[in-house]
Amino acid sequence: MNWRGIWAIYRFEMHRFRRTLWTGLAVPVITTSLYFIVFGSAIGSRMTEIGGVPYGSFIVPGLMLLSVFTESIFNASFGIHMPRFTGTIYEILSAPMSAFETVLGYVGAAASKAMIVALVIFATAHLFVPVSVLHPLLALLFLLLVTLTFCMFGFIIGIWAKGFEQLQVIPLLVVTPLTFLGGSFYSIEMLAEPWRTITLFNPVVYLVNGFRWTFFGTADVAFGTALAATAAFAGACLLGIWWIFRTGYRLKA
Amino acid sequence: MSDPILSIRGLRKAYASGTEALKAVDLDIRRGEIFALLGPNGAGKTTLISIVCGLVTASGGEVLVDGKNWQTHYREVRRRIGLVPQELTTDAFEPVISTVSFSRELFGKPRDPAKIEEILRTLTLWDKRKTIMKELSGGMKRRVMIAKALAHEPDILFLDEPTAGVDVELRKDMWNMVRRLREQGVTIILTTHYIEEAEEMADRVGVIAKGELILVEDKAALMQKLGRKILHLQLVEPLAAVPSALAPWQPQLSEDGATLTYEFDAKADRTGIPSLLAALRDEGITFKDLDTKQSSLEDIFVDLIQQQRQEAAE
Ligand SMILES: Nc1ncnc2c1ncn2[C@@H]1O[C@H](COP(=O)(O)OP(=O)(O)O)[C@@H](O)[C@H]1O
Ligand SMILES: [Mg+2]
Repeated sequence: MNWRGIWAIYRFEMHRFRRTLWTGLAVPVITTSLYFIVFGSAIGSRMTEIGGVPYGSFIVPGLMLLSVFTESIFNASFGIHMPRFTGTIYEILSAPMSAFETVLGYVGAAASKAMIVALVIFATAHLFVPVSVLHPLLALLFLLLVTLTFCMFGFIIGIWAKGFEQLQVIPLLVVTPLTFLGGSFYSIEMLAEPWRTITLFNPVVYLVNGFRWTFFGTADVAFGTALAATAAFAGACLLGIWWIFRTGYRLKA
Repeated sequence: MSDPILSIRGLRKAYASGTEALKAVDLDIRRGEIFALLGPNGAGKTTLISIVCGLVTASGGEVLVDGKNWQTHYREVRRRIGLVPQELTTDAFEPVISTVSFSRELFGKPRDPAKIEEILRTLTLWDKRKTIMKELSGGMKRRVMIAKALAHEPDILFLDEPTAGVDVELRKDMWNMVRRLREQGVTIILTTHYIEEAEEMADRVGVIAKGELILVEDKAALMQKLGRKILHLQLVEPLAAVPSALAPWQPQLSEDGATLTYEFDAKADRTGIPSLLAALRDEGITFKDLDTKQSSLEDIFVDLIQQQRQEAAE
């Protein structure tokens, strides 16, 4: 293993994040606060509890994941797209790095930043509502799995995208709508049929409910199912990355 | 050749667009030499280097470094290779010293601030070490790219058109550096489309055109072989026509009658110049200046290819 090479890429990426540290952290804090004001106060005053959990606390896992999705995809896709765009990728390709090592550097850095943002949101939430986590270790591991998966997904988007606008297409047109429709801020039990059944085809439902279960011990789907769905998505992304490096897709002429 | 450091065997490349950039190239590079790959634009020089360095996939053939296949032993092979690509590509916001240290670590070498300082000083970059890349001039960026390629102390260095768009000073610095590296035992492969550059720097020269390696020669031998030269004579008194006494040399007279040009074969034992000059003196034609020029690289390629065809036909 070329650990030094992995560490070099990781540090390079983390350094890039540090250059925009304050906006990078202010944005999630402000958006989280806005969500609490809008959802927590406006809706929460009418809808006090879901499944025995105060509404304000109920939305915390969903809020964290919403940011994890966008941060992971954005950081990882930008991280690999930039060197492709400027041409500095030549150095990565000519280095004694395996595909796995390269991905570990980029995805590791993107995941670190997304995790930090998620924890900042968690801390911000404490300012508004009481939140306690029933299974802290499981919560952390589950969050890590989701983060890594979306960073790999972002990495694929960064390779696939032909320009910077394409980097935005998938997060804005697919991931964000699926997040809002996937029970991040409500229980799918509250939906009437056929919407309830249709919603079960939305993968985000499993991610959010798996994470929510680690907080409150109750959720719309069983934790095992949620874990299996997340692992399946992670596997699909791994396969995609493996294929990219095997064929040199958009990396090598 | 015994024990080449780099061996290229039947290397082919057809791009997805259909362009056949390399047609089964065979080439052995000797340990410690400076090898110039000489060819016009589009000849396939960058493609060849890119395949060796892992930036482009080959359509066929293989590359061996000290007998090790460049794909199955990519770690060992790449650790030993440094690449300065043709295009200037840099991370705009990185300071010089970080981007050079990054390269060293990316190649798996432990941090070594003293080594990095030495490299930056040799390339007169030390004073600029904290400047971010986008604030550097083109020449300075080129120096940084060289520093990055040297940061992991490779023993094979590829320089793709190192002097394209480079000022005189940097060119001189660069050649000095290349010579020093050679003294340290580094094998250097550079590409160029200037004959003069190949002539000045290389131990051996390979001529490539349209994806084919036309010939590989020791520089001295090649320079003798290479092409025709043109002699220009600036006359003191313009002539109305070429005097019949000069007819054997078939010289051309310019329209204003003030310049006489004579094309000769630089590789011939007898260039015909001394006898031409003697004939001029006998005719009482005086000139105030003279110079000789190499014919263009394109002309030479055409010559070489025709020569090869003739040899093949015989
Ligand atoms: N990425 C690419 N896709 C398609 N054709 C290419 C690509 N890169 C180079 N070529 C073509 O391959 C040929 C050789 O190019 P190149 O290796 O860059 O030549 P050189 O470096 O000698 O100028 C040219 O005809 C060029 O247009
Ligand atoms: Mg080129």
